[in-house]
Amino acid sequence: MLLARFKGLITRDAGADRVVPPAGFTVRLTLFTAAAMAFLTVFALALSLAAGRLASTWGEELARASTIRISAPEGQLAAQTATVLRVLEQTPGIDSARALTTDEQRALLEPWFGPDLPLESLPMPQIVEVQEAKGGYDADGLRLRLQAEAPGAVLDEHNRWRRPLVAAAGRLRLLGWVAIGLIGAATGAMVTLAAHAALAANAQVIAVLRLVGATDGYIAGAFVRRFTLRTLTGAAVGTFAGLIVLLLMPSAGDTGGILTGLRFGGLQWLWPLLVPLSAAAVAFVATELAARRVLGELA
Amino acid sequence: MIELDNVAYSYSGAALFSGLSLQLAPGSFHFLTGPSGSGKTTFLKLCYGALRATEGRVSVFDTDVADMDRDAVAFARRRIGVVHQDCQFLDHLPLAENVALPLTVTGQASVDQVDNLRELLTWVGLTAKADALPPELSGGERQRAALARALILSPDVILADEPTGNVDWEMSQRLLRLLVELNKMGKTVMIATHDLMLIRAAKSLVPARILRIAGGTLQSAGADL
Ligand SMILES: Nc1ncnc2c1ncn2[C@@H]1O[C@H](COP(=O)(O)OP(=O)(O)O)[C@@H](O)[C@H]1O
Ligand SMILES: [Mg+2]
Repeated sequence: MLLARFKGLITRDAGADRVVPPAGFTVRLTLFTAAAMAFLTVFALALSLAAGRLASTWGEELARASTIRISAPEGQLAAQTATVLRVLEQTPGIDSARALTTDEQRALLEPWFGPDLPLESLPMPQIVEVQEAKGGYDADGLRLRLQAEAPGAVLDEHNRWRRPLVAAAGRLRLLGWVAIGLIGAATGAMVTLAAHAALAANAQVIAVLRLVGATDGYIAGAFVRRFTLRTLTGAAVGTFAGLIVLLLMPSAGDTGGILTGLRFGGLQWLWPLLVPLSAAAVAFVATELAARRVLGELA
Repeated sequence: MIELDNVAYSYSGAALFSGLSLQLAPGSFHFLTGPSGSGKTTFLKLCYGALRATEGRVSVFDTDVADMDRDAVAFARRRIGVVHQDCQFLDHLPLAENVALPLTVTGQASVDQVDNLRELLTWVGLTAKADALPPELSGGERQRAALARALILSPDVILADEPTGNVDWEMSQRLLRLLVELNKMGKTVMIATHDLMLIRAAKSLVPARILRIAGGTLQSAGADL
């Protein structure tokens, strides 16, 4: 039955559209609120997705968080590297450790010094990549041991400071989704109020329709159609405006954090399309329920 | 068609009437008369399911109204043309669309019905007003439009509440003849009116049964008119 109503919604039923008096105040209010809510949803969505992206890239970096840089005179480098790898092997909380090859080191430096760097003639430190296990390791303990056994080794935990930020980003993403949920609920509440008011204000219209043999389904359908389409229109406008504003945000490329990363990436641009559709679905259900209640009361 | 069996009705409190029994046989023609406030409108509302009897049984097309849900009442209404006393319309739609409203809500609005609509409007003398909005019409025009609307689905039963209350004598004769003609085509007709002149005029046209509701009871009132 609901499905039939939904079909009536999309196939144009001009008759049902006309029996409800033309756009009243409540309907204009619905249009405006739907637009505002959709605008806000786009930002909440962008925030959520950006925070999610940030959390996962930072999280990936965290997973291979540490490096050990070994600077030693030419002759001792290999020995100290071997010591470091042995120490790491014995350290609990370390998944794996690997000394980078010369080519890999060259690739790391290339962005800064260009491809023609004569690495062989430079005193290059050896980089050891440390993959920590899930629980992490005791960084201070490791540092002390390295100091004793391989004085040229420096533990660089450059990504560790991001750990709380990853947690914060995760929290932010959750917050974004909560905000979207609240906006959806508020939209539903608003449409319910507006539909309720419109139905009550049109008690005479409903009486006339009943007199000539209209079923509750027909009457409800006329109102549902009106409110759903208005919400869809308003939400589409709001979403479009939100996207424009997002597009106009200054871009900082890959280096951007949460502020400049407030945009959608790749297929994520499809997400906002769901905003008007979800708003319409919310309006559809809210009006249907309001109509059933009011029609029951007016019986 | 419509049957009332020992029916009582009261609007919160004192009974308006009680012990009413009546059968509207197919093809019959009834007048319902009585002083203002005696319950004629209430009686008609019981007959089309707008009100439910406080006591007794009302059945419409062989179904007890008490057993009907709102959809069932809606479907029964499509077979009962009702001319409401206060002739309510959808004020934002032109008269022609209001008259065609029963077709719209039952999904029968189509071009084939245009001739039907035009003929009806001609009958009630409203062709010139087809595009007017209901608030722009006079009381009599509204009544004629309400009658046209009640007839457009070609109902089996026509219940008219004071259909000639606001029209001049000539027009009331014309509407009466329209109702008599419909009755001759087999439709069951009941007219609530306090207009005794109209009832007298009808006597020469149709063998009508005249009922009088007064003091909470229903009596046959053929002889004294
Ligand atoms: N909705 C209502 N609530 C309470 N009393 C009503 C209502 N409708 C009508 N009445 C009362 O019922 C009585 C009969 O009304 P009605 O059926 O309209 O009489 P008639 O049509 O014969 O003039 C009147 O006294 C009227 O005041
Ligand atoms: Mg009355």
